[in-house]
Amino acid sequence: MKKRLDVLKTYKIYIGGKFPRTESGRYYLLEGKDKKPIANICRGSRKDFRNSVVAARKAFPEWSGRTAYNRGQILYRIAEMLEGRREQFVSELKVQGDSTTKAEKEVNISIDRLIYYAGWTDKYIQIFSSVNPVASPHFNFSVPEPTGVVAVIAPEESGLLGLISVIAPVIAGGNSCVVLASHSKPLCAVSFSEVLHSSDLPGGVVNMLTGIRSELLDNFSTHMDVNAVIYCGDDKKESKRIMENSSLNVKRPHIINTRDWTKEKAQDPYQILDTQEIKTTWHPIGI
Amino acid sequence: MSNNGRMVLSDFINPPPVDQIGIEERVARLNKRSIKKKSKISALKLALSMIDLTTLEGKDSKGKVRQLCNKALHLHDSFPDLPHVAAICVYPPMVPTAVECLSGSNVKVASVATAFPSGMTSLQTKLSEVRRVVRMGADEVDMVISRGAFLRGKYKFVFDEIASVKEACGEAHLKVILETGELNTLDNVRLASDIAIGAGADFIKTSTGKIQPASTQPVALVMMQAIRDHYFKTGKKVGLKAAGGISNAKTAIQYLVLVKETLGVDWLTPDLFRFGASSLANDLLMQILKQTEGVYQSANYFSKD
Amino acid sequence: MATTEKILDFNSVWEYSPAPESTDHIKLDDKYDLFINGEFVAPKNGKYFRTENPATGKKIAKVAEASKADVDNAVRAARTAYNKYWSKMPAKERSKYIFRIARIMQERSRELSVIESLDGGKPIRESRDIDIPLSAAHFFYYAGWADKLEYAFPGRKTKPLGVAGQIIPWNFPLLMAAWKIAPALATGNTVVLKPAETTPLTAMKLAEIIQEADLPPGVVNIITGAGETGRAIVNHPGLDKIAFTGSTVVGKYIQKTLAGTGKKYSLELGGKAANIIFEEADIDQAVEGIINAIFFNQGHVCCAGSRLLIQEGIADEVVHKLKNRMETLIIGDPLDKKHGYRSYQFESPIKKNKRTCLSRY
Repeated sequence: MKKRLDVLKTYKIYIGGKFPRTESGRYYLLEGKDKKPIANICRGSRKDFRNSVVAARKAFPEWSGRTAYNRGQILYRIAEMLEGRREQFVSELKVQGDSTTKAEKEVNISIDRLIYYAGWTDKYIQIFSSVNPVASPHFNFSVPEPTGVVAVIAPEESGLLGLISVIAPVIAGGNSCVVLASHSKPLCAVSFSEVLHSSDLPGGVVNMLTGIRSELLDNFSTHMDVNAVIYCGDDKKESKRIMENSSLNVKRPHIINTRDWTKEKAQDPYQILDTQEIKTTWHPIGI
Repeated sequence: MSNNGRMVLSDFINPPPVDQIGIEERVARLNKRSIKKKSKISALKLALSMIDLTTLEGKDSKGKVRQLCNKALHLHDSFPDLPHVAAICVYPPMVPTAVECLSGSNVKVASVATAFPSGMTSLQTKLSEVRRVVRMGADEVDMVISRGAFLRGKYKFVFDEIASVKEACGEAHLKVILETGELNTLDNVRLASDIAIGAGADFIKTSTGKIQPASTQPVALVMMQAIRDHYFKTGKKVGLKAAGGISNAKTAIQYLVLVKETLGVDWLTPDLFRFGASSLANDLLMQILKQTEGVYQSANYFSKD
Repeated sequence: MATTEKILDFNSVWEYSPAPESTDHIKLDDKYDLFINGEFVAPKNGKYFRTENPATGKKIAKVAEASKADVDNAVRAARTAYNKYWSKMPAKERSKYIFRIARIMQERSRELSVIESLDGGKPIRESRDIDIPLSAAHFFYYAGWADKLEYAFPGRKTKPLGVAGQIIPWNFPLLMAAWKIAPALATGNTVVLKPAETTPLTAMKLAEIIQEADLPPGVVNIITGAGETGRAIVNHPGLDKIAFTGSTVVGKYIQKTLAGTGKKYSLELGGKAANIIFEEADIDQAVEGIINAIFFNQGHVCCAGSRLLIQEGIADEVVHKLKNRMETLIIGDPLDKKHGYRSYQFESPIKKNKRTCLSRY
């Protein structure tokens, strides 16, 4: 019998820089391989989603208004914070079924991936912009701008690296987001919210929900104040539904099929471009 | 000069364009001046002497005004060598009370007039209010310009209104409130300043303090430039009052730096520069005490009004 | 009095008291050796020279003088580091080293600012608010490019040149070092850098930071010295590239010397930029622009605006306002936080500039 009793963690959700419980009061039980209970996970509701969108919208102008350099520094800081808490994440990944080697590899790549995107914040605009030689007396240029609020349904099979791989490019590009974590591997998402919270990232830029995909899919894709939706998964019925729902307010839908997030080609600047709008300006020149 | 010899607006209102980014950068740069030690104490005392201690609330009463006048005359008696504030600023019905409390002192009585803060009434009503407060003994009149007319481009109307009020003031000196928070652009602030100065203002004033934003440093800098250019052209010195939103000593000193480095030291006097404020006085007092006694002060040891 | 004659009085009342930046939190040694292969080593001929505070003339420290043999050592160290470590390291690991340098610079920024002002006479407001933050930002920026170079040049694959010799001037000592070192490292090269002999100290502090960041030895080598050392670097056959910022005269010498050697070079030389004011300008802000253009860093900037072209109709007004504005310039101790412009022991360049600018009027 152990001498000291552990204090079990309550896994809450993360909205507007705060950690509330789900307003619905409902939960689902996360079980380990041997059916041993791991934790009660918040079963996020449509109201949680609605509140998250409000928080994300509120946070968007300030976040997109920061200098690209500042956003890069904050992403780097998130990496610093994650590095400092690696043991916690390795143990959560193991509890959720990974071997030690796999867990450590996943944490390492997660940290490096954050640094990768930290380095893009003040460079992607250069590679995706242009000055266009139009045939009229105009100075004509095209630049990417963040789309706004992005709804993200994170990868089911990768609870940390997959999660970070989809969130990082969204916020590197100046957007705010509402994320539904993996149903079977939600622990790292909640702990990662704590990392975000201690990283100078303004509240509301990332909002993290846990819950049941089928219950929330429609909310994520029909909300009129969401500008883009990212769906990670292979279910054709689900992705079709997402794309149909997106047509309500012409959201940009992005479907990301299951992939090996540990590969280097899983990261690239085009994922930032996915949640950018290209603005082209015709500026009259000449007397 | 127009052909029949009468001066018209366009004869001397020709405001230059204002570069907003440039103004903001200049303010940011000047805000980095580190004002310490002796120069800090003299700045704090100077700022205190430039305050128009103000109460402009619907719930003002004679008692409130009496208390404010008392504060004007006894800022912090336990500390010697403090200057007195420049003036008290009140609504017209409170003028007789203020005049009575301050008689014999050097603190002036300023009254708002012309349907402060909105200015939404007829010229006749405005002028009669001005004459009345002057009769009751106000030394200074703070008027508001007609912002709606200004924004619609009725500059001559705005100009004439100010000139009429100036006439009604008689011996009292006139401050013209531009309400810069409603003017939107620095170009408008410059134009309104030039109009007010041309029409006879003794002081131009930023705000009523009743809306946000009230006084800001970029706005004040633009107004200082208008005053300076007028001085270069005519040799006449017009004053500036920054009102609303200046609640701490650090900000007040930043304004003084702006004045010093734009208009020069001639304007560092209550005759040509004022702060319209209520809570600023206590912050200045706390800072003065800290500088001389070496410890941070608590607001609990100073009277609220 | 004609309007173009009035000069306002900015100084006779409320003189600003000194607001000195404290120097007791900085760490400065009496002697600095050469930073070669990750260590500080004594110069082969045992020679040192002094570096002074130009505001007071007092010596701050003595600094090693690198001879031809020292230059040779440094280049060898850089070449070995390139072959053994830097060219073999995955790009993202390279980037993490460079991020480290940026972060440590941010942590030590106050100390670096004070030393920059002491050594070169740059006002503390400039070193604190501009030079040091920008230096850290440059390391941070280029760190991010290290593993993204395939996107930088459409249709091209990049590879590093190898070892670069870098020579920098005294007008932005730490910032110049950042501009040279950060991109070179990010693109996979190793370097040998020589700071200006009058302002070597922040480069030596950067060497300490590079040690603290645990950068593999020899990737960055910093050797101090004057003209002889510079010549030895330019002429060394073991370098793939020479990067130089400085006078046009020396730049031409370098270009001539390198002809036919196959070495690449980049030369950032002098300028004679113009301020151009048209009549629809906001004159007050144009005057601010002129002041910044010529007086920022005392005009010691390659792109300083040292000529003034004004549309005729507003010329008098611009000059009048410029004269008034110049009366507000405060000269004095560079470590005084209120100062915008540095002082020298000898004749103030401000007065010299005033006479030159305004001699027509």
